[in-house]
Amino acid sequence: MAEQTVATTSGQPVATGKEGTRAPERYIQPPVDIYETSEGLVLLADLPGVVPSDLEIRLEDHTLTMQGKAKHLLTSEPMYREYELGNFFRQFQLSEQVDQGKIAARFQHGVLTLQLPRAEKPQPRQIAVQVS
Amino acid sequence: MAQWNPWQEMEALRRGIDRAFEQVGVPLPSPFQIAFLPGRAAREYPLVNLADDKDSVYLEALAPGLDPASMNVSVVRNTVTLSGEKPRVTTEVKPEAFHREERAAGKFVRSLELPSEVDADKVKAEYKNGLLLVTLPKAESAKARQIRVQVA
Repeated sequence: MAEQTVATTSGQPVATGKEGTRAPERYIQPPVDIYETSEGLVLLADLPGVVPSDLEIRLEDHTLTMQGKAKHLLTSEPMYREYELGNFFRQFQLSEQVDQGKIAARFQHGVLTLQLPRAEKPQPRQIAVQVS
Repeated sequence: MAQWNPWQEMEALRRGIDRAFEQVGVPLPSPFQIAFLPGRAAREYPLVNLADDKDSVYLEALAPGLDPASMNVSVVRNTVTLSGEKPRVTTEVKPEAFHREERAAGKFVRSLELPSEVDADKVKAEYKNGLLLVTLPKAESAKARQIRVQVA
């Protein structure tokens, strides 16, 4: 599972993609955990403030794209601010071994959980030779 | 004998300016990129935003993936304390099974001083999509009063 990030000298990962000339928005790269289980891979991403309907998970050509729009719960302009919320964006390149039809997603308490099950390998088949 | 060439002088000056700006041009790490990550270092967690209106103070905390049962909000006079735990993924996962481990986890406590005294009995907290919103109604004594000027 390789990720499409550019190696920078400062060591700070920079999200690629989303370089539209008319997109003034800034994108935050959400922190993720990816670990392997006996069934495949599990991906967890912190996406605080994202309403589930504004979360978009797309898979095309082995590229998994997560994109979400975060909204504040505060209705008025804060008088004291420690963080801002923006749009989340991150892409991952999936390997051939992931069964793309069986990916399951769950979103709870601002954390996205993606189950990426491993594709079953074609079983070797013994072919009996018919002798007439 | 070298001849004085004004073009050469100008070129040298331009190069000198370029060099001076090269040092300024080093991209600084964007504060926005790291703004919301709790990180593993001893940083204030969770990060909060505060807003207020005539009657209440509103506190919004950035805390995705908390265990709702562990969350605790307590108020004394004008100090609010948030505590809770962000659970680790699962204890069964071996460290070598991780491809990426960027999400921080653990217990936290944070106390904040509010700009005014609040009525501790009427505090409400709501946890939604990884954000915690605490509504703290201001104490009667802290509310601004309109004073009518008597004209003699």
